[in-house]
Amino acid sequence: MKILVSVKRVPDPYAKITPNATGDDINRDGLQMAVNPFDEIALEEAIRLKEAGKATEVVAVSIGGAECQEQLRTALAMGADRAILVQTDASLDAPSVAKILAAVFQREQPQLMLMGKQAIDMDENQVGQMLAARLNLPQATFASKISIENGCAVVERETDNGIEAIRVPLPAIITADLRLNQPRYVALTGIVRARTKPLETLTPAQLGVQPQVRVRLVRVEAPPPRKAGKRVSDVQELVRLLREEARVI
Amino acid sequence: MKVLVVAETNGERVLEKTLPAIAFAQQKASDGFTILAIGNDLQGAEALAGYGAQVVLAVNHPALAKPLAERYAPVIAHYAQQLGVDAVVATTSTFSRDVLARVAGMLDAPMLSDIITLERTNGKLVAKRPIYSANLIGTFEVEGTPVVITVRGPAWGKPEPKDNTSPVQAAEAPADIPTRSEWLSLRSSGGGRPDLTQARVVVSGGRPLKDPETFERYIGGLADVLGGAAGATRAAVDAGIAPNELQVGQTGKTVAPELYIAVGISGSVQHLAGMKDSKVIVAINIDPEAPIFQVADYGLVADLYQAVPELIELLKNNKGA
Ligand SMILES: Cc1cc2nc3c(=O)[nH]c(=O)nc-3n(C[C@H](O)[C@H](O)[C@H](O)COP(=O)(O)OP(=O)(O)OC[C@H]3O[C@@H](n4cnc5c(N)ncnc54)[C@H](O)[C@@H]3O)c2cc1C
Ligand SMILES: Nc1ncnc2c1ncn2[C@@H]1O[C@H](COP(=O)(O)O)[C@@H](O)[C@H]1O
Repeated sequence: MKILVSVKRVPDPYAKITPNATGDDINRDGLQMAVNPFDEIALEEAIRLKEAGKATEVVAVSIGGAECQEQLRTALAMGADRAILVQTDASLDAPSVAKILAAVFQREQPQLMLMGKQAIDMDENQVGQMLAARLNLPQATFASKISIENGCAVVERETDNGIEAIRVPLPAIITADLRLNQPRYVALTGIVRARTKPLETLTPAQLGVQPQVRVRLVRVEAPPPRKAGKRVSDVQELVRLLREEARVI
Repeated sequence: MKVLVVAETNGERVLEKTLPAIAFAQQKASDGFTILAIGNDLQGAEALAGYGAQVVLAVNHPALAKPLAERYAPVIAHYAQQLGVDAVVATTSTFSRDVLARVAGMLDAPMLSDIITLERTNGKLVAKRPIYSANLIGTFEVEGTPVVITVRGPAWGKPEPKDNTSPVQAAEAPADIPTRSEWLSLRSSGGGRPDLTQARVVVSGGRPLKDPETFERYIGGLADVLGGAAGATRAAVDAGIAPNELQVGQTGKTVAPELYIAVGISGSVQHLAGMKDSKVIVAINIDPEAPIFQVADYGLVADLYQAVPELIELLKNNKGA
């Protein structure tokens, strides 16, 4: 079984993000970049399936500028067998990303596509579902547990109402939630080995895709700050203020 | 703008989470709106008839007994096309994220997730939504129709009741619903307290709550004297202290109650993303430097194991006072 995993380059989840001077993007000076945490989890799951003998090959794919090679090298160091960069400097919307990933999927013909449930920059949570629709494949989003058996995946999903289990026949698209696993730290040997693993670069045009962007980010601003609060000295004072000043109890 | 509101259901009944999407439609659907509710033997569609929709369509079919995206999306896409709507809308939730993004994929439509405003400027739709874990607000321009939208519940609130009731009509499911995905089970902790996303008061606990019993005694106990819901941080959920569906934050639920009490919570950006629009925020933390105090209206530097029992006692004794 071949598994395709998408990997997005995003700001480090613990970095401080601020608007830039012109207010049309974030301030990217010296910003630490990383693999989208949810994609790291998807990748970890794919590698574990390979280690368990359920998968034979793990292919990582990223869409973006040449700098995404850095995140693909991390993916290779974690244990992916090879990587594909679909290189473009355009800022794509989710349908365009889904279109490109669909073309990569068709070229690679994996039995399973694992990806993050959302990219932590735009927090859209769209691409996996759009990809599944485009390929007319079953989807299992927000996975917190995956078992592969008899050509099917049984997936536990984290929903607002509790943990739901569903079964989808393969090939299918599965998106990872935080609790699916704890990604491994990359060992030094992995980093060395990753340098010799294949990393192929393609363009959207080579995949026959012409992205047409319809959702554009035009302004970035800080949310209105909350007004400064006060310290209370004890529980009595807290209850009194909640009752008399805030009037919420 | 003509809008199709997708009611959130669990296949058996319509859920209250539908209401903010209806509030959105009341404000923005200048050319009217239709509500679509999907399930099997579905209860509660009539309750959606009092909000001014042109019609409430109820699609019932045995294949739709559980909310599987692969089965629901074609029904929604079918009616979006048949009605020729400009927008397909639902309230942000795991249900709508799962199903509506698939609808967008089927319609090859642009999508806006979790929006807090929507305007038409120079013929273009312009929406604001939180980005980067709600650290920032992004303004997005979108071209093309229909556009698929999920709306952030707390930003749109409750719809206004209207006098004239909308007709509730049984509607057909399209013939070719794919049935490859199969629903197996749902495990929820249930728990008798109000729904986290609807509650007027939310009491949340973090990592120092140690274990489920302690969490229940302190966080559950405080929530109960206030008639509120219990919530938790990811750290608490990961440690097995609280069930998953109580997680508040970037990857959990978004809440904006009148009163949010954060107990033993540091105030990571990911947690704040889910609760900083609450009307009044109280923080109880032993560390005076904890970042949660930067967003708290009332901060109490204290050991929760002393403060919370005191608080529960005081609230109990003062009831009705
Ligand atoms: C991609 C990503 C997504 C995430 N999504 C979420 C999310 O949706 N929701 C979420 O909550 N987190 C999320 N996190 C995790 C987040 O970064 C924090 O790790 C988490 O919120 C911390 O939880 P905490 O405040 O319970 O724990 P800690 O950060 O450990 O804080 C515990 C606090 O309790 C205080 N304390 C200790 N003992 C006592 C006592 N006796 N009395 C009073 N106070 C005490 C301490 O001073 C401290 O401030 C996410 C992380 C990542 C990377
Ligand atoms: N530019 C990209 N390159 C590779 N994968 C992407 C890209 N954008 C989104 N994805 C994938 O789609 C998932 C969901 O992203 P989103 O819908 O943008 O929140 C992410 O976790 C990634 O796996």
